[in-house]
Amino acid sequence: MTANPVAITIFILLFVCVTALGLFGARWRAGDLSQLAEWGLGGRRFGTVITWFLLGGDLYTAYTFIAVPALMFGAGAAGFFAIPYATLMYPLLFIAFPRLWSVAHRHGYVTAADFVRGRFDSKGLALAVALTGIIATMPYIALQLYGMQVVIAALGLNYAITLPGFGTVSVPLLAAFAVLSAYAYTSGLRGTALIAVIKDLLVYITVLAAVIVIPAELGGYAKVFASIDPKLLLLGHGTPTNLGPGFAYVSLSIGSTLALFMYPHAVTGLLSSSSRHVVKRNAMVLPAYSIALAMIALLGYMAVAAGVKTNPAYAAGFASFGNNFAVPALFLAMFPPWFSGIAFAAIAIGAMVPASMMAIACGNLFTRNIYRDFLVPDCSPSDEARIAKLVAFLTKLGALLFVLGVKTSYAIELQLLGGIWIGQTVPAVLLALYVRLNAIGLLAGWAVGMTIGTWMAWTLDFRSSTYVLHAFGVAIPCYASLSALVLNLLVALVASTAINAVKGMPADETVAEDYA
Amino acid sequence: MDKDKPRRKFQPVYLFLLLPWIAHIWTPSYNRIDPELFGIPFFYWWQTLWILLAALCILPAYLFEDRR
Repeated sequence: MTANPVAITIFILLFVCVTALGLFGARWRAGDLSQLAEWGLGGRRFGTVITWFLLGGDLYTAYTFIAVPALMFGAGAAGFFAIPYATLMYPLLFIAFPRLWSVAHRHGYVTAADFVRGRFDSKGLALAVALTGIIATMPYIALQLYGMQVVIAALGLNYAITLPGFGTVSVPLLAAFAVLSAYAYTSGLRGTALIAVIKDLLVYITVLAAVIVIPAELGGYAKVFASIDPKLLLLGHGTPTNLGPGFAYVSLSIGSTLALFMYPHAVTGLLSSSSRHVVKRNAMVLPAYSIALAMIALLGYMAVAAGVKTNPAYAAGFASFGNNFAVPALFLAMFPPWFSGIAFAAIAIGAMVPASMMAIACGNLFTRNIYRDFLVPDCSPSDEARIAKLVAFLTKLGALLFVLGVKTSYAIELQLLGGIWIGQTVPAVLLALYVRLNAIGLLAGWAVGMTIGTWMAWTLDFRSSTYVLHAFGVAIPCYASLSALVLNLLVALVASTAINAVKGMPADETVAEDYA
Repeated sequence: MDKDKPRRKFQPVYLFLLLPWIAHIWTPSYNRIDPELFGIPFFYWWQTLWILLAALCILPAYLFEDRR
């Protein structure tokens, strides 16, 4: 890419402003940051508006902005599943997750695994949930850094140094990483919340400009859709012996919906809100993000219409990043340089919010459910905060090393696996808000789900997560996370019934009133 | 299970929350090109519209809980 000084200047300027704001976050509504709930949950006092920014920034990540249109760009209608997935999510968020907020508030739970330990009186099951959360999140953080890498490359910021063991390393990426770590360490979730506000303003400006300016330049939406291969414009039809892509589409959105709030960073976002009403109100106002996401998804089609893939100017980008370069290339082709600078800053800053929240969430999980439960049971609250900060930093460092040292395609494959894995905690967390199975039974179901889900992804070479099941002579293409979850649930139900019949129910530290 | 408290009577207002799920699962209803809106095929604008409709479906339950 050729560097454009205007775009780069705007990009760097915005980045510096945001950094200053993130560091200032430590003083904003200051609390005692040596306490875990203060550092890692922002003191549980974010209202409707900040929670909206935080959850939105958290759920719609930089990688989403790059990957969803990239999927549309390559696969067409099937990539649009990210939109109905949001539609399904809000009713569920409204009905189930105020319960999690209430019970966590009543008992001082910081993580989903905390709830599991209290509900089932089982450190083992809590450990399984915590480990699943951590390993599912780590590749996700790596992908945020990858998203940054894509826009840095698109800007033409090709300053690299050679480090022993890594080969050439992008200096801008190292700088971004240093900034990210510094503000997350000093101000925790507060700094992240402040940055989320700025990030969203930039994203909305970019999206609005994109959906107005780009179709106008391309000759209208009809022209954009006319440029798409008609076979990709709709989902393929099923046959009597194959439920077809329509079923796969629905299974993807349902499986993703159930798994979404199992992700540690989503739980962190929920629990940092100041009341259960904030969660409910957010179920109604979060759809504003999904509208933006629908528009972003269509950018993939605009990139097709703009013919960026055959443009020799972007050949190097597509060679390095595949279809993930579609949106950056579209911006470069359609926007004046100064606005490309804003758009790329939106994406890069958009990577900081979720990356920081994911790392904070991993820090919380490690501290509460591994360090305190298994290593140092009598650690003080300030020890907790110290360990969480350290782990959050190490998690990000791990992600950075991964992006630099290992092929990025592994991060994408691992993130796909992570989606399958995190779905297997649904019976122990989401279902447990209503129904209490036996911890051993849930562990058995979890182990089966993890194994089968991983195996299904493995047989697909980790390229796809839609595994075709065969039953009664009908082919059923289904999201592996969902089919593994069904099996997981069956095992958990049968085993729980059997164990409970023999041994009776173990203790539950929560009571029905805690959830209301 | 929650055994120490009688279950609250089911309120029909929560059935609204099922509508977005039904609309989405019924893929044949929206897997089509026509009618287009501003040149956008039905498949795309219909599912985008449902984002708003889903928020509206939550509203009755929200108001109900708010009043109680």
